[in-house]
This record gives sequence, C-alpha cells and structure tokens, in this order.
Amino acid sequence: MNISLSITETIQDWLITMMPEGVASILAMTLVALIYLAIFAVAGLYLVLLERKVAAWFQLRIGPNRVGYWGLFQTMADALKLVSKELTGTVKADKFLYNLAPYFVIISSLMALAVFPFTQEFQAFDINIGIFFLIAISSIGVIGILLGGWSSNNKFALIGAMRSGVQTISYELSVGLSLLTMIVITGTLQLSEIVEVQKHGWLILQGHVPAIIAFMVYMIAGTAETNRAPFDMVEAESELGAGFHTEYSGMKFAYFFLAEFINMFIIAAIATTVFFGAWLSPFGITESLPWLGIFWFLGKTLLLVFLMMWFRWTFPRLRVDQLLTLEWKYLLPINLVNIVIMAIIVWLNLTIKF
Amino acid sequence: MSYFSDIYNGIKTLLTGMSVTGKYFLTSRKGAITQQYPDNRDTLKMFERFRGEVVMPHDENNEHQCTGCQKCELACPNGSIEIIWDRGIDEATGKKKKFIDKHVYHLGLCTMCGLCIEACPTDAIVWAQNYENSTYDRTQLTKVLNRPGSKVKAGVED
Repeated sequence: MNISLSITETIQDWLITMMPEGVASILAMTLVALIYLAIFAVAGLYLVLLERKVAAWFQLRIGPNRVGYWGLFQTMADALKLVSKELTGTVKADKFLYNLAPYFVIISSLMALAVFPFTQEFQAFDINIGIFFLIAISSIGVIGILLGGWSSNNKFALIGAMRSGVQTISYELSVGLSLLTMIVITGTLQLSEIVEVQKHGWLILQGHVPAIIAFMVYMIAGTAETNRAPFDMVEAESELGAGFHTEYSGMKFAYFFLAEFINMFIIAAIATTVFFGAWLSPFGITESLPWLGIFWFLGKTLLLVFLMMWFRWTFPRLRVDQLLTLEWKYLLPINLVNIVIMAIIVWLNLTIKF
Repeated sequence: MSYFSDIYNGIKTLLTGMSVTGKYFLTSRKGAITQQYPDNRDTLKMFERFRGEVVMPHDENNEHQCTGCQKCELACPNGSIEIIWDRGIDEATGKKKKFIDKHVYHLGLCTMCGLCIEACPTDAIVWAQNYENSTYDRTQLTKVLNRPGSKVKAGVED
C-alpha cells in the first residue's frame, strides 16, 4: 500500500481503534473520497463564478452580483436549477452510452485530483508514478466526450466529439513531452519527491531557458487539453450549437460543465507542482508553518487558472488546420529539441541551484 | 528561416493582444459600462443619439415648427405618421394657408428608423431620449404630437 500521508493515515488510525483493519481501510478510502468530492464540487462551482467575474472584468462589465453578496451564491443557484431540470434525450440515442458519458468525464477529472500534494500532509494518494498517472487519467476524459458525441445521435455533437478526439490526441503529446522535460531534472515521477527536489529552487528556475520553453508549451497544450478557447473547437458555439453536449440537459450537462472547470484546475495544478514548487513558499519564507502550504499551492494554481482565462478572453478561436499546424509543426519539434537541450544542461550540471 | 521568425512574431503578437486585454482588466473597475437599470432609474440618462420616440418640441408660447408639409408622412416606410390637416386664413397676410390639425404618431408601428426626422425641412420633430415606453394598453401608443391649441411659429415657413 502506498497510501502513507497523514490525511488518510489519521482517518485510518482513528477507524482502526473501532473496527478490524480491512474494514477500516476501506472505510477510510471512502471517507477521503467523499471529502475530496465535497471540496472539489464546491471548488468547481466557485471556479465557474471566478470565470464569469474575470470574463466580465475583461469586457468592462460587472458580472454576477445579485445572488448573495457580490454574486457569491450565483453558481450555487445555477447548480440547484440544473439539478431540478428535466433530463431530456434524443429518441434514437444509444441510451447506455449516452448516460455513461458524463460520468466518464467527471470521474476521470476527479481521479486526477487524488495525487496532488496540496501540502506536505494533505495528499490522498502519493503514487510513485504520479506524473504518469496524471497524463494517463487526463486522457481518459476524452473517451467520455467521444461517447457523448457519438451516442446522442446528433451531427453537431458528433462533429464536436471528433474534433475533440483529434485535438486531444495531438496535444497529449506536447503535454507529456513538456512534463518529461522537467522529469529529466527531477529524476522521479513521484509528486512528493518532485516537490522535495524543488526545495533548492523551483524547477522553472533550476531549468532556466528550457524550463521556460517547456512551461510555455505546457500552458498552450494544457489549454488545448481542456478544450477551452482559443482551442474550443469542440463546442464552438457559432458553428456547432453546443458541440458534444448539445443533447445533454440538467445534471448531466452540469457534469460536463463542472468537469471542464475541474480539468482547468488540474492543468494549472500540474503546472504548479512541476514548475512552481507546489506548496513551497518563495525563498522558504513560511517554512516554519507547513500548513500555509495549502495557500501557496492554491494561490499559484489560481494565478495559472487566471492566465488560462486571460488566454480565453483574448485570443480568437483557431481553425482545425491551424490547430494541427500549431501542434505538429511547432510545439512538437520545439519540444523534442527542448528535451535534448534539457538533457545536455542536466548532464553538464548547468542547472541553477540555491 | 521564416520558421523561427514566425514563432517570434506569433509570440509577440499574442503578447500584444494580452497586454491590451490586461489593461482593460485592470481598469475595469472604473470603466464598467454596465447600467444596473432598475436601481439607477433616477440617475440614468440616455446618450444624445438614443432613439426613444419621436416628439415635437413646443416653445413657451405653445408654438411648434410644423408647417404640415407631410414630408414626414411620405418618408415613413410603415405609415406610423398620419397628419390631419386643414386650410385656414393666415391672419397676417389674409391668404389661404395649410396648417396641421393633428400630427398623429403611432409609436406601436414605429421602427425608429429616423427617416421622418431626416425628411423634416423645419426640424419640427426630433428624437426624445426616454426609454420606458411600454404600456398596458396599445391605444396609449397612438400619440398626438402637437399640443391642443398650439400653432405654427411665425416665420418658419419662410
């Protein structure tokens, strides 16, 4: 068993005092899962609110400000409305796949959250192949999108889903390779050890030039992975209605919507962990107070989330051929060269360490 | 070698775009253009070119500038203006003269195209900036623009 960090350990120890070990560990896992589910369902809702507020500010508007102080309960009200709505569907839809698709998307994005080191203590599942796990899990979500588009028997949904397939398969390469560039420095895939390495300076400083290039490639490819503008070919409103979730309503639509925002959080959280030292404070200014790590982690992540929102409200949507040109002719070759440069830098010991 | 200059130019133009939107983001608090309408009903003032409805201004002597030439009625593409006119004796010259009895304006038919106001040779009708034009009864949308007992301002026809 690799579960060793204290959030699960504390709960497990407490349960073992009351019941046999096997039952206790299963119950502990369930409890941790429920805690994460509750936290991130609410966090997802507030990310939606943040997106709407930021969008409003970029467009010189005010944004939601009626429900609750400063509009704080707007997305809660939206979620309540979606829960109470009828679940419609097309007559000739493939009912089983149609109902399965939203769960694929939401579960794959929630699974990825388990491995993030929010603080030294707060990490549910410190698997030794952390980065690999994240890359693998983040590509399962696209199956949900493909299933949703295919099974709803709607040509807009199908086109949207196929575009998503093209896009995700292409950009997965760049995400993976830019993370690999950083793995060359750390020499480990385990997220807690990646953080350990960064105690001598965040990786974006340690790796200097190639790390910055890798970060830029990662942010571009990551934005494409989450199917957000300027890469929102999947749900291009002006072309495809709503894209792959055209035929979904009520809570199933809400799952897709929530998954998009949790995915954005995940992409930003991976970047925080790999490039910006996760819960480590800059220059170790709060090293004596380890619980402050959660604020550093969330602060850095939200800053990167804001960067992605900035992209969304600045750049126009790419055409399919431009999208593929960007990946196969620019990002991928740059990435491959970048890995070689990074390997040479690590080999000659040119990394910057404090 | 256009490959590398393409990358350079691409990044440069993207950053230019981001700096523009970034400036908007930072100044959005001061410059928000949203009107929180029912709340600021008392202070909300529409801009000069806003097309609320067609009105006919009268001066303090209850005189307007409409000569009854019917150019607005002809210009209106959907017949929302009807002018009921008559002939009378001009007191100053003693000659026969056309004057308006009623300038009827159907707000319910009007598309706010402004052709009547462009057509008017004496600027007798102008745009008003009011914006709360809904009523519970459509007969209230038929308006008589000239006030009762009003007459044309002397010298407008010359």
